[in-house]
Amino acid sequence: MISEIGHIALILSLTIALVQGIAPMIGAARRDGQLMAIGKTAALLQFFFISIAFLALMNAYVTSDFSLANVAQNSHSAKPMLYKIAGVWGNHEGSLLLWVLILATFGAAVVFFGGNLPPTLCARVLAVQAFIAVGFLSFTLFTSNPFERLFPVPLDGNGLNPLLQDPGLAFHPPFLYLGYVGFSIAFSFAIAALIEGRVDAAWARWVRPWTLVAWSFLTIGIALGSWWAYYELGWGGWWFWDPVENASFMPWLAGTALLHSAIVCEKRDALKAWTILLAIVTFSLSLLGTFLVRSGVLTSVHAFATDPARGVFILAFLVVVVGGSLALFAIRAPQLKSGGLFSPVSREGGLVLNNLLLTSAAATVLLGTLYPLFVDALGIGKISVGPPYFNTVFIPLMTPLVVLAGIAPVLTWKRADLYGVFLRMKFVAILTLLVVAWCLYETWGGTFLGTLGIGLSAWVGIGVLVDMGARVGLFRDPIRVSFSKAMRTPRSIYGMNVAHIGLAFLVAGITASSAWRTEVLRVVQIGETVSVSGYEFVFHGVEKIQGPNYSGERGHFSVNRDTRDAIQLFPENRFYPVQQQPTTEAAIYTGWRGDLYAVLGEPDAQGGWSARLYFNPLVSWIWLGSLVMALGGVISLSDRRHRVGAPHRIMSGKANNRVATNV
Amino acid sequence: MFSGNRGLLYLLPAAVFVVLCGFLLRGLSLDPALVPTALIDKAVPHFDLAPLDSHSAPLASADLSGEVTLVNVFASWCGPCRIEHPLLMEIAEMDNINLYGINYKDDPAIARDWLTELGDPFTRIGADRDGRVAIELGVYGVPETFLIDREGRVRYKHVGPISEEVWSRELLPLIRNLRE
Repeated sequence: MISEIGHIALILSLTIALVQGIAPMIGAARRDGQLMAIGKTAALLQFFFISIAFLALMNAYVTSDFSLANVAQNSHSAKPMLYKIAGVWGNHEGSLLLWVLILATFGAAVVFFGGNLPPTLCARVLAVQAFIAVGFLSFTLFTSNPFERLFPVPLDGNGLNPLLQDPGLAFHPPFLYLGYVGFSIAFSFAIAALIEGRVDAAWARWVRPWTLVAWSFLTIGIALGSWWAYYELGWGGWWFWDPVENASFMPWLAGTALLHSAIVCEKRDALKAWTILLAIVTFSLSLLGTFLVRSGVLTSVHAFATDPARGVFILAFLVVVVGGSLALFAIRAPQLKSGGLFSPVSREGGLVLNNLLLTSAAATVLLGTLYPLFVDALGIGKISVGPPYFNTVFIPLMTPLVVLAGIAPVLTWKRADLYGVFLRMKFVAILTLLVVAWCLYETWGGTFLGTLGIGLSAWVGIGVLVDMGARVGLFRDPIRVSFSKAMRTPRSIYGMNVAHIGLAFLVAGITASSAWRTEVLRVVQIGETVSVSGYEFVFHGVEKIQGPNYSGERGHFSVNRDTRDAIQLFPENRFYPVQQQPTTEAAIYTGWRGDLYAVLGEPDAQGGWSARLYFNPLVSWIWLGSLVMALGGVISLSDRRHRVGAPHRIMSGKANNRVATNV
Repeated sequence: MFSGNRGLLYLLPAAVFVVLCGFLLRGLSLDPALVPTALIDKAVPHFDLAPLDSHSAPLASADLSGEVTLVNVFASWCGPCRIEHPLLMEIAEMDNINLYGINYKDDPAIARDWLTELGDPFTRIGADRDGRVAIELGVYGVPETFLIDREGRVRYKHVGPISEEVWSRELLPLIRNLRE
C-alpha cells in the first residue's frame, strides 16, 4: 500500500513538473506575475511529492518488502540497517529516485533562497529546472520504475553486492549526486540568462553560491569514492581511470573552471559567453556521465546493470537538453556584449589560463574515456586506453595549473605589475627551492617526478601562507592591527586560500603515494617479521570470524614503535554466502607520514599465509586535501556578499547588457 | 564586423556535440563485450612471445594447436582481471584444458608478484610488453579470452572478465563441442 502511494506520488510529481516547466515560462514572457508565481508553488509541491515517493521506497527497504522487484533484487533481510537504507540508492532505479529527489531539493532551495532574484529570472530558472525533472521523472517511471511489484513474492532477497556494503560507499552516491545535480542550477541559470538575453555581474553573483555548493559536494563525493576504492578493493590504489570515475571527474574539472570564470564575470563583467558555456558544459558532462554509467556503452567494473532501452532514452534526453541549450547558446551568445578589458598579465589573464588548462584536462579525460568507443564506431579497430595515457597527458596539464595557483593571489585585476609579482614571489620561490632540495636529498636516486610534485605542492602551500601573511601585515604591523586586518579580510579570500591549501595537500598526497609507495608481497609464517620501508610487521596468525551476513578469516599483524604502543592490524577476508562473493577488507593504519596497509591472501600448504603489506606515504593527504578544498568552498559560500548583498541590477549605463537587437 | 566568423565560433560547441551524439548513438548498438572478431574460424596469426620470466614457459602461435586451448590476455594494472582471476584458477584445475596467458603491456616483476598473490593458473605466459601481438590478435582491452580449437583456429572470443555465467553457458559447452 505504502509503495503504491509512493508510485502515485511519483506520477503526481511528473505532472507537477510539466506545469512548473510551462506556466512560469509563459508567465515570464508575458510579464504575468500570477503565472510566474505558479513556478514557486509547483517547485515546493514537487519536492514534497518526490520526498514521499523516496520515503515510500525507503520504507520498503527498511521493512524488507520483497514484493517489490527492486527490493527483492537488491536487499536481504539479514543485512545491517545502514545498508538497508543505503540499499535504496545502491541500484539503478533507486539511485534515479535519489537523483530526482535532489533535483527537487535544489528546486525548492531556489524558492527559499532566491527571494532577491528578479521574478522573470527566477521563473525561468524554475521552469528549466522542471524540464530536467520531467526528463528524469519520465525516465524513472517509464523505463526504471522502482515500485514494480513482483509475483510470486520471494522469501528473501538477493542482497546488496557486498563490495558496496560499506559506510564510505553508503554516503558516496548522495554526495556525488548533490554535486552532479547541483550543477543543474548553474545550468538553469545559464539557460534562463540566455532566454532573458542578459548576463551581468549580478547574474554571476547569483550563480556563484550554487556552483560552490555543487562543487563542494562533488569534491567530497569523488573523494569518498576514491577512499572506498582504496580500502575496500584492497589493491592499494585509489584511482583507476575507470570510465565511471572519469564520469564524475569530468564535471568536476569543468565545474572548477566555472567556479573560477564566474569570478571574472562577477568582478570584471568579462568572459560572459564563456561562463555561460561552462555552466552548460558542466551539467552536460554530468548528464553524459549518467548516460555512460547506465547505457552499457563502455565496460566498467562499477557500471549498473545496463540496458540499451535506457541508453536510448538518456541519449534522446541528452540530445534535447544539451543540443537544445548549445543551439540556444549559438543563437544568443554572440549578442552578449563583453565588458572589462584586461592585459594578459593580470588576475583575469591568470584565470583565463586556469580555465584553458582545466577545460583541456576535461577534454582529455573525455577523449580518453570515449576513445575506445570512437575507434570502435568508426570500425578502425579495437583499442584500449588505460592509466598510461591519462598519467602521460595529465602531468603536463596539471603542472602549469598548480604553478598558476601559487601565483594567483598576488596577481591584481586588470593589469598586474610583472616585476612586482616577481618580487612578491621571490620569497616563496626560495622556500620552495629549499623544500625541493630537502626532498631530493631524502629521496636521492628515486623518481624526479616525485620531487617535482612535492615542489609544486610546496609552491602553492607557501604561496598561500605568504599571501595571507602579507594581507594581514604579519610581523610588520602590531599584532592587534594584524588581527583586525584578518577580521576584515573577506571570507572569499579565506575560501580561495583554504581551497588552494587543500590543493597543496592533494598534490603532495598524490605525488608521494604514487612515487614512493612500497609494496611487499610474501608468504608469512606465524611469528615471522617482514620489513616494509623500515616498519617491522610481525605476523601473529589467523582466526575464523562470523559476521551478521558473512563469515571469514581475520589475520593479525602488529608493528612495533619505539615510543608508543604497537600498531595492531587485522586484515579480513570475508565471504558473503547470499551472493556467493568474497571480499577483502584491508587493514589500514593511518598516520601523518603515511598509511600502513595490510591485505590477507590465501593460506599455503605449509601453514603460511600470503600477505601484501604496503607503506603508502602521505596517501591520506589526498582525502584530507579534498576535504580542505571542499571546506574552502563552504567558507567562500559564507562570504558576506552572498549572505547580505542582495545585488541590485543597475538598469542604465554601461552595466546594462540587454541584448542589442541590431548587433 | 566579426559577426560572420564569431557566429560560427559560437556554433562550435553545438557542432562538436552533434558529432559526439552520432558516436554515442552508434555506441548503443555496439556491445563492448561482444566483439565480432575478424579472426573467428581463422588461424591464429603468427606470433612468438618471450616468457614472462624464468618461472614461465614462452608462448607462440605454434603452441596453440593439438588441444583445445584458452588464451587469456591479462595485466596486473587491470581491475576486472582481479575479479576474473578466481574463476581462471578454477578452470586451471579442470582436466585437460590448456590455459595460457598473454601478459599485456605490463612490468614482468609486478605481473609476477600479482600472480604470486592471486595464484598462477597459466601453464605458459607470453609477455607482450609493447602490445604488438595484442594488435595482431585484435585485442580490445584487458581482460580478453580466446578459445582456440585443436587446429589452432580462433573459435570464440570474450571481451571483459569471464563470469560464472559466461563460463557455464558459452565457453564450457563450446569446449565440450570442440572436444568431440
